Amino acid sequence: MRWLHRLSIRVRMLFSRGEEDARLNDELQFHLDQQVAENMAAGMNEEEARHAAMRLFGNPAALRDETRDAWSWNWLERLRRDIRYGTRTLVRTPGFSIIAIVVMALGIGANVALLTVVRSVLLKPLPFKDTDRLVRLFEADAQGRFQDSIVAGGTFAAWKQQAHSFEGMAATRRVSYNLSGTSGQLPELADAYTASWNLLPLLGVQPALGRSFLSDDDRPSAGAVTMLSWGLWKRRYGGDPGILGKTILLDARPYTVIGILPVWFTYPDTRVQLWTALYHEKPPSLMELHTAHNFDVIALLKRGVSIPQATADLSNIQAQIRRQFPDGPVMDAANIRPLLEAQVRNVKTGLYVVFAATACLLLIACLNIANLLVARSAARRKESAIRCALGGTRGRLIREQLIESLILSIAGGVLGIFFAFLTLQWLVSTRDDIPRADAIHMDGIVLLFAAGVILICGLFAGLIPALSSSDRQILRTLHESSRSLSGRRQSTRLRQLLLALEVGLTVVLLIGAGLLIKSYRQLRSVDLGCTVKNVLTMDINLPKVDYKTAAKRVAFFEQLQRRVRQLPGVRGAGLSTVLPGQHRIRDDVFTIAEHPPLPRGQVLDASTRFVDPDYFQAMQIPLLQGRFLQADERSERARSVVISETLVREYLPGENPIGKHIVQEMEDGPQSYEIVGVVDDTLEDVTRPAYQTIYYPLYEGTERSAVLAIRTASDPNALALPVQKIIAELDRNLPVADVLTMDQIIGQSTLNQSFDAKLLLTFAVLSLILAAVGLFGVLSYIVAQRTTEIGIRIALGAQREQVLKLMLMDGLRPALVGLALGVAASFGASRLIESLLFGTHPFDPVVFVTVSVVLLVIAAMACAMPAWRASRVDPMQALRSE
Amino acid sequence: MGKPSDLVQGTLDLLILKTLSLEAKHGWAIAKRIQQVSGEVLQVQQGSLYPALHRLEQQGWIKAKWAESETGRQAKFYSLTAAGRKQLESETANWNRLSEAINIVVQEA
Repeated sequence: MRWLHRLSIRVRMLFSRGEEDARLNDELQFHLDQQVAENMAAGMNEEEARHAAMRLFGNPAALRDETRDAWSWNWLERLRRDIRYGTRTLVRTPGFSIIAIVVMALGIGANVALLTVVRSVLLKPLPFKDTDRLVRLFEADAQGRFQDSIVAGGTFAAWKQQAHSFEGMAATRRVSYNLSGTSGQLPELADAYTASWNLLPLLGVQPALGRSFLSDDDRPSAGAVTMLSWGLWKRRYGGDPGILGKTILLDARPYTVIGILPVWFTYPDTRVQLWTALYHEKPPSLMELHTAHNFDVIALLKRGVSIPQATADLSNIQAQIRRQFPDGPVMDAANIRPLLEAQVRNVKTGLYVVFAATACLLLIACLNIANLLVARSAARRKESAIRCALGGTRGRLIREQLIESLILSIAGGVLGIFFAFLTLQWLVSTRDDIPRADAIHMDGIVLLFAAGVILICGLFAGLIPALSSSDRQILRTLHESSRSLSGRRQSTRLRQLLLALEVGLTVVLLIGAGLLIKSYRQLRSVDLGCTVKNVLTMDINLPKVDYKTAAKRVAFFEQLQRRVRQLPGVRGAGLSTVLPGQHRIRDDVFTIAEHPPLPRGQVLDASTRFVDPDYFQAMQIPLLQGRFLQADERSERARSVVISETLVREYLPGENPIGKHIVQEMEDGPQSYEIVGVVDDTLEDVTRPAYQTIYYPLYEGTERSAVLAIRTASDPNALALPVQKIIAELDRNLPVADVLTMDQIIGQSTLNQSFDAKLLLTFAVLSLILAAVGLFGVLSYIVAQRTTEIGIRIALGAQREQVLKLMLMDGLRPALVGLALGVAASFGASRLIESLLFGTHPFDPVVFVTVSVVLLVIAAMACAMPAWRASRVDPMQALRSE
Repeated sequence: MGKPSDLVQGTLDLLILKTLSLEAKHGWAIAKRIQQVSGEVLQVQQGSLYPALHRLEQQGWIKAKWAESETGRQAKFYSLTAAGRKQLESETANWNRLSEAINIVVQEA
C-alpha cells in the first residue's frame, strides 16, 4: 500500500502546492522561534537571540527551495515558469513571433501533407489479405526492351495452368458500359472492370451485400451478372438492398445484380462503378489468343516463393509459348512486380522529389528561425551576461532559449497541421487521378511524425543560438562599455554561415523547379501534329443491341457528322476512334502484300485508328501524298487506308507507298487494304516520339465507339450543348462522355508534370522569400550594430558610396557563398530528377543562369534597403545615440 | 552554496528514523534529541534536516500530523509508519555491518 500513500502525497503536492508552501513556512518559522526561545533562555536579549538564530538557520529562502526540491513535481513547476517566461518574451515582440510561427507552419504543414501523401499512396499496404504476396504479372521480352506488357488471354490461361509459384491468378480489364435503366432513367457511361471470378477471393474481398462471382458465372453460357460498387449503389439506387436479384441494362443487355462491394473497396480507383465476369464478357476465341495483349493479371504468390523464383517459373512457360508461336507479337519472357509498386510506379519519383523539396523547405525554415533567434540572443547578450554573473547557470539559459523556440515550433506545428489538412483536401479533390487518392488521410503515424518534426525543429532552431552564446564571453560582454563600436564578429559569422546554407538550399530548390518547369513547357509546346486550338471533343458509344449492323452504325456516324457541320461556328468536324494525345489504345500487327514474307519471329506493328473521311481536314493533319478516304467508301467497299509518315519511314523506306496493300489477319481470314494516302505524323503521347499509324475507314462500320472532334471558329465550349442536343435528337438513349477541349486532353496527359513543376515552384518561391527575409534581417542587424562605427567613418570623411558598397558586400557575401554551394549541390540533385525531365538537360544552362541571376537580384534587393540606410547615417546622431 | 555536512551521507535518515521510533516529534525536537543523545557531537543542520524530513515523508517512511506542541503552538509532528519501521530495521542492520567492518579495518591497521 506504500505506493498508494506515496501517490496520494504526490497528488496533494501537485494540486495544493500553495497550502503546502504555507505549511512549510509555518514549520520553518516554528523551528526558528524555538531557537530564538532557547537563545533567550540562555540569556540573550530578544534581538540578539533572533540574530543568532538567523545566523544558525542560514538562508531561509534557500532552505525552503531545497526542501521543496524533495517534493515531486518541482520540475513541472519550473517548466511552467519557463513557459510563462518564454511566452511573455515572445508576446513582447509580436512581429518576430508571428513571422517565426508562420514560417514554421509552412514548413511543417508542407511536410506533414506530403508525408501523408507519400505514406498513403506509396507506403501503406493495399487493404487486402496477404497483400505482401500479391503481385502483377506482365509479359516481357528477354532482351529487356518491354517489361510491362499486359497479358494476352491465351497466355493467361497457359500461365494459370502451368505455373507452380502461385496460389491463384486472376485477369481483369478496364471497360465501360452504357448503363441505363429498364424504365427510362438517364443513361450514363459507367467505368467498369471485367474480371475473372476468382479476383475478389484472391484479394480476400467479401461483398457487403449479396454474393461474389462464382466460377459458374464466369463462362460464356452463363447468365449475365454484375456487382455494383458501393458508390454506384448509393448514388443511383439509393442504397436500396432490393436491387439485389433485379436486372439493370449494360449496353442495352440485361444483367442481374448479384452483390454490392464493400465501401472500402476502391481498387484500382474510385472511378470504377461496377464489375462483370470476364469469361462471360469476352469471346472465347479472344481468351485463347497469345497475340492480343488485353489483360491485367494479378496473382497471389505461394508462401515462401520469392519474386525472382516466380519470374523464372513464368518466363520458362512464356519462352515455351514463344517457341510454339514464333510468328506474331508473342513475348518470350515474363516480369513480376509487387501489386502496390505496379500501381504507383508512375507517380513515385515525382512524389519523392516533391517530398524532398518540402524537407528542404523545412530545413530552410528552421535555419531562418535559428537565424532570427541568434539575432535576438545577440541583442540580449548583456541580459544573459548579467544573469550568469548573478549565478544563473548556463544550462538554465540554454533551457530558456530552447523553451522559447519550442513554443514557436509547437505553435507553428499546430498551425501547420491545420495547413496540411486543408492542403490534403485540396489535393484529393484536384488530383483524383493519383492512384489510391482515396486512401489519402492523416493517421496516427503521420501525427506522430508531425510531433517529432515539431520537436526536432524546436531543438534545432533553439540549440544553434543557445550554443553560440558561450560562458567565456560573459566577462567580455560586461567589460564592453555601453558604447560598442563594432559588431561582435562571432555571432555575425554564425548568422552568415546559416544564411549561406539557406541560400544554397534555396538555389537547389529553384534549379529543380526551373528544370521541371522548362520540361513542362517543352511538353506543352510539343506539336501534336494536328490543331489543338478551339477543338471540342466528345466520346460516342453506340450500344451493341441497337446498332447491330455496320450500315446502322455508319448511318449514325455520317448523320451526326453532317448535322454537326451545319451548326454555326463549326469549321470542321471529324470522327476517330482515338485522338492525338490520347495514348495508344490499340495496335495490330499486319503484313505488306507486296513484300516477301518476313523472317520467322518478326512482325510489323502499327497503331490502329478508324477515321471518317473528314477527320484529317477537321484536325488539320496535312496530307503528304495521295488522297484522303472518301465518303462513298463504306461497308464492304471500304478497302482503303491512309498511313502515317513514320510508317513509310519504318516499313516502306524508299518505296512509293501508294497502291501497296496492308494485310490484316481477321477472324474470317486475311483482309487486304490499299494504301491511298500518307499523312503527317501525330503524337499519341507528348512525351514519346511518333508511332507508325494506320488509319482505317470508320465507315467500314466495324467500330461502335468514336470520338467526335469539332474545330470551331471561337470558344469551343459554346458548342457543347448544341452538339449534345443533336446527339439526343438522333438517339435519346445515347450517353455522351468526356466532353473536353483538345487543350484539356493534353492537359490531362501532362497533369503529373505540371503538378510536380507547380508544387516545386511554390516551394522554391517560398524558400526564396525566406532567404530574402533572412538576408534582410542579417544585414539590418549588422547595420544597427555598426551604426556608431559607420558614423565615425563618415565623420572622418568616408564617402557614402563607399559605405553603401561596404555594407552591400557584407550582405552579399553569404548570398554568393550560398549560390556557389547551391549550384554545386544542384549538379548532383538534378541528376536525381533526370527521369522526370522531358527535352531538358539536367544541367540546362538557361535554368542555372536564370536562377543565379534571379537569386542575386533578390539578394541585392534584400540588402539594398539596410545598406542604403547605413549610407544615410547622420554621423552626429550616430555618435550621440546609445 | 554547499551545506556543511557533519554526518556521513545517508546516516541522517537512519538517525531520524531511530529518533522517531520512540515517539512522534517535530523537527526542532528531532534535531535537539540527536544532539543530546550523541553528547553534542552530532549537530544536525536545519539545511539538511528539513529536506531529509520531506524526502522521508515522500518515501512514505514517516508521516506528518499538525498538533499542539509543548509550548502550545501548532507544530508539525513526524511519526514512523509501518514501512518506516521496516526501513529502520534494515538500515540499522546495514549500519551495524558497515561500522563493524570499519572498526575491524581501523583496529587492524
